[in-house]
Amino acid sequence: MNAVSARRRSGRRLDSTVIVYLALIGVIVIGAILVATVGRSFFSAGNIRDILTGMSVLGFVAIGQTLVILCGSLDLSVPYVISLSSLLAADIMKGNPANIAAAVAVALGVAALIGLANGLIVTKLKVHGFIATLGMGLIIKGYLDTNYKGTSGSVPWEFQLIGATGIGPVPVSTVIMLAVALLAALFLNRTRVGNHIYAVGGNEQVARLSGIRTANPVILAHVLCSVAAAMAGLLLASRLGVGSPTVGTQGGYDLLSIAAVVLGGTLLAGGRGSIWGTIGGVAIFAVLDNVMSVLQVNPFMKDVVRGIVIVAAVAVYTGRQVERRRARFGPGGSATEREGDAGPDAQAPAPASASTQPDSAQPESTQQSAAQHNSAQLDTNVGDRS
Amino acid sequence: MNAVKTLVSPRGAVFLLLIVLLVAITIRNPGFAEPDQLMRFIQRVAPVAIVAIGQYFVIVGGEFDLSMGSLVTAQVVIAGNLIGQDESRSIPVLIFMFVFGAVIGLINGVIVSFLKVPSFIVTLGMMLALLGAVFYWTGGAATGNPADSFRQIGRGGIRDVPVLEFIPWSVLILAVVLGLAVWFMKRPFGRTIIALGDNPTVAKYAGARSWWVKTSTFILSSLSATVAGILLVGYAGVHPSVGRGYEFIAITAVVLGGVVLGGGRGWVVAAAAGAFALEALFTLLNFYDVPSTWRDAIQGVIIIAAVAYSATTVRSRRRARPAQASPTPEKEERPMEGATRTATHTPLNAGSAHPEGDKTHNQGGL
Repeated sequence: MNAVSARRRSGRRLDSTVIVYLALIGVIVIGAILVATVGRSFFSAGNIRDILTGMSVLGFVAIGQTLVILCGSLDLSVPYVISLSSLLAADIMKGNPANIAAAVAVALGVAALIGLANGLIVTKLKVHGFIATLGMGLIIKGYLDTNYKGTSGSVPWEFQLIGATGIGPVPVSTVIMLAVALLAALFLNRTRVGNHIYAVGGNEQVARLSGIRTANPVILAHVLCSVAAAMAGLLLASRLGVGSPTVGTQGGYDLLSIAAVVLGGTLLAGGRGSIWGTIGGVAIFAVLDNVMSVLQVNPFMKDVVRGIVIVAAVAVYTGRQVERRRARFGPGGSATEREGDAGPDAQAPAPASASTQPDSAQPESTQQSAAQHNSAQLDTNVGDRS
Repeated sequence: MNAVKTLVSPRGAVFLLLIVLLVAITIRNPGFAEPDQLMRFIQRVAPVAIVAIGQYFVIVGGEFDLSMGSLVTAQVVIAGNLIGQDESRSIPVLIFMFVFGAVIGLINGVIVSFLKVPSFIVTLGMMLALLGAVFYWTGGAATGNPADSFRQIGRGGIRDVPVLEFIPWSVLILAVVLGLAVWFMKRPFGRTIIALGDNPTVAKYAGARSWWVKTSTFILSSLSATVAGILLVGYAGVHPSVGRGYEFIAITAVVLGGVVLGGGRGWVVAAAAGAFALEALFTLLNFYDVPSTWRDAIQGVIIIAAVAYSATTVRSRRRARPAQASPTPEKEERPMEGATRTATHTPLNAGSAHPEGDKTHNQGGL
């Protein structure tokens, strides 16, 4: 049983991510052809570097966003966290290489506190993640608008190298981003809390009934998401050489990162998805942007294309996922498989759900029918007597 | 006494908030309570409130509409460019705008219903595409100014009214839209929207045409964005930034009104009141000379606090809903059961976690 479900599981999980990468290959092929028609080479080292550079910032944000979405929440405060961390870092560095460590620590630390606040508001005050992080974003925006009139601070050359150098055609920033992605993937698949994130996102009630403290994974996911956003902010600071209060909002990273996550096959409702799918989604965006830049598409038309591609790409595979999700608790549903991949800790949910659901549903109806039965008997008894 | 209870309850919390804010404004600036000032205030809120009413339909049906702000912008730009100074074009363009809005809603709804793409993504894509298309069409800077008669819808009104002195058209339009929305939500179709948002499976078993119900909510939201656009053309003029961020303001207003994100709970009047409360908050911050840069932060705090208040008092029991999660073999019984469940689980015991809630329910039944 376990072996069978494990095999089916790996097949299915591969499926979702594989489709993302098939879509990516499709976009690359079409893009390469289009680029070739204007007499440019898609696979030149310079172009590949452009694409990979384009991936890095959105990649950081999307990795964090994946964690939050997996546990059934959202983070709309990321653009402001990005701006704030870029400003904090640039202000503390003041162009002095000796301050780099302190600046990075402060930026990441402040972001972690923001994420902690988000997570506590979502879990303890029961505010929907959408509203909690929207409100938190406004609070940070208020702080930024009040204290910064424009770009501020300056980043030393040593730190700018992170955004500027590369190993062959691969920029260092992208390597760091992929390393973070690897860490996040290991965290999700190999650690207990990582598995709990899937469990809580899939069904909070069932997760709680099977003994998971449902608040902790959500809080941790929010903290990690804000820290990832701060990394994106640091990277942007290193590229710009200064901190900027509008760098996050200009990029539209909140909605784009959510789109990239969903494009990568993660369910917006949570509980299903993977980091590598998200990276694929980010890559699709980067390739798309690059091809449109090379073709010199009107910048406004780019948004139109982007919008259509987001919907079309998600449409290609969501239909199947919805079907799969629906069959979750039915005969042959995927509940056991999904909880199976959450390791031994989370194996309880399937039986727990199987037993609690009928419990909650049946006594009511049986009792009711029993009561009706009794009253019916009483009636006949009465009738007999009279 | 009962009224006080209702006001403190989450259902009425938004009205309490609104009253507190209005009283605070009046204390600071007694002139605000004058009828004409109030009318001006309602006139300013009208577009936001109408967008919030449209967003209410979508949210109570269990979806999101992020494309509303872009649609408002698109309609404003369309009105500016197509009508121009030619008054005779007003009516045809007006009709075109409504058709255009309905088509956008139809596209959103059909993609959500048939391609099963999450509405968040569909309307996000629509938002990008609409805004991009509008800017592409106008070259990034919207120009054109519609004829004055058209702009009167948003800025004009009936003058020399006995007590109120001045009734703006937008106040009347808001009243009509709100009245229609309340009437609509009381009709079977409106109830079906709530049923669909609460539990799609049960709604389907009960015989609702899910796709059409869902699509119609998107059409309604797009039409209300169109109405808001028409009002804003008059009130704010033609500018590509008109309507920016309206989708988030509308969602915030709806949630402030106690409507549950995810669908199935909420009252349309409370959603409109949420828009009023939000605008009253901005007005209050104006009157108290709060530095404009801090307004966003205060808005953020109040939104979180208001939602936390209603969320911790009555927990949404959406996640505890059993019917969707466990399709048991006896399918025929489920719709009935779901119906009684929704009916008997009053918000009173919704606060308790599900298993306990069921126990009390069973005891009550016995």
